[in-house]
Amino acid sequence: MDSHSVATTPGELVGGVDPHSHPSFLRHHFESVGQQREAASFGMWIFLLTEVMFFGGMFCAYLIFRNWYHPAFVAGSNTLDITLGTTNTAVLIGSSFTMAMAVYSAEMRRRSQLILFLTLTIVLGFAFLGIKAVEYHQKFVDHHVPGPNFSIQEFVHPSNPRAIPLSPDMAQKTQIYFSLYFAMTGMHALHMIIGISLLFFMVWRASRNAYTEGHIMPVENFGLYWHFVDIVWIFLFPLLYLISRYR
Amino acid sequence: MTEKIDPDHQEQHIVGPPVYLTIFVALLVLTAVTTGVAFIDLGVFNPIIALAIACFKASLVVLFFMHIKYSSRLLKMTVLCGLFTFMLLMTLTMTDYISRAWGMW
Repeated sequence: MDSHSVATTPGELVGGVDPHSHPSFLRHHFESVGQQREAASFGMWIFLLTEVMFFGGMFCAYLIFRNWYHPAFVAGSNTLDITLGTTNTAVLIGSSFTMAMAVYSAEMRRRSQLILFLTLTIVLGFAFLGIKAVEYHQKFVDHHVPGPNFSIQEFVHPSNPRAIPLSPDMAQKTQIYFSLYFAMTGMHALHMIIGISLLFFMVWRASRNAYTEGHIMPVENFGLYWHFVDIVWIFLFPLLYLISRYR
Repeated sequence: MTEKIDPDHQEQHIVGPPVYLTIFVALLVLTAVTTGVAFIDLGVFNPIIALAIACFKASLVVLFFMHIKYSSRLLKMTVLCGLFTFMLLMTLTMTDYISRAWGMW
């Protein structure tokens, strides 16, 4: 029971209906469920816009440094595994689909279907993070993590015959590429971890019928968050993996 | 205020599985296309095409998965305002970098 939604004293019946009767989840400062939903969606979108600005700053930094140190960014980008990147994109799009279906299940008031789709979203979220962990591990093995153990060997004397060898000082600039790579994919992964944590909580709440009796707003707003994280990856994938391939 | 344009008293539009499935397949196809195009040398058009496809994919997610196509004008305007502000900040930053001697352009 929601402490903020306790009905005020029952009033006179208007047209045979108690004007104070309302669903238990309707907070008293809202006139209708529709108004409450609209306000919640509006608030969620405002939050997502602050997230756009947060990731936007990093995208802006990427754009500027990519233009300054283009050869280093091309060399750095080609060390990423495009197969894993594409697979991860498909996995994340799949998780957005299952999340959209979870919102639909809540709207249809189907509890077990809602739990199924929320769980599938968790599974796909973990699959994404697992693949990401494999990619991160490879970067540590190759000494391509910015810092004292960073190795420019691969960029000065590339093993790929199509790669253009870089001068040692330009090769050092690949550290900027990898810094941005870890910052951007790392913040994206952090958003996924927060999202998966919230999903576990929502599965538990869903099993107690919290969202299948008309109060779908938490599922809907979480869906907006999850789709936003998907959109960030939709832009990260081409920028980090695709646009600098050796052809 | 008439009842028709008041979002507070409207039934929520429910988007069904056929729409979601169509968008899901479209997003997967576009991912395959953008990955394929990355291996074709198009010069300056490689990043342009990659970003155009990414923008189109993001639009599909916003319009259908995030229900903006079926939402009130308030929410549509909120999204547009956010994107406009973001583009404004990016453009102002880029004009500054491009127009100074410190840059490497």
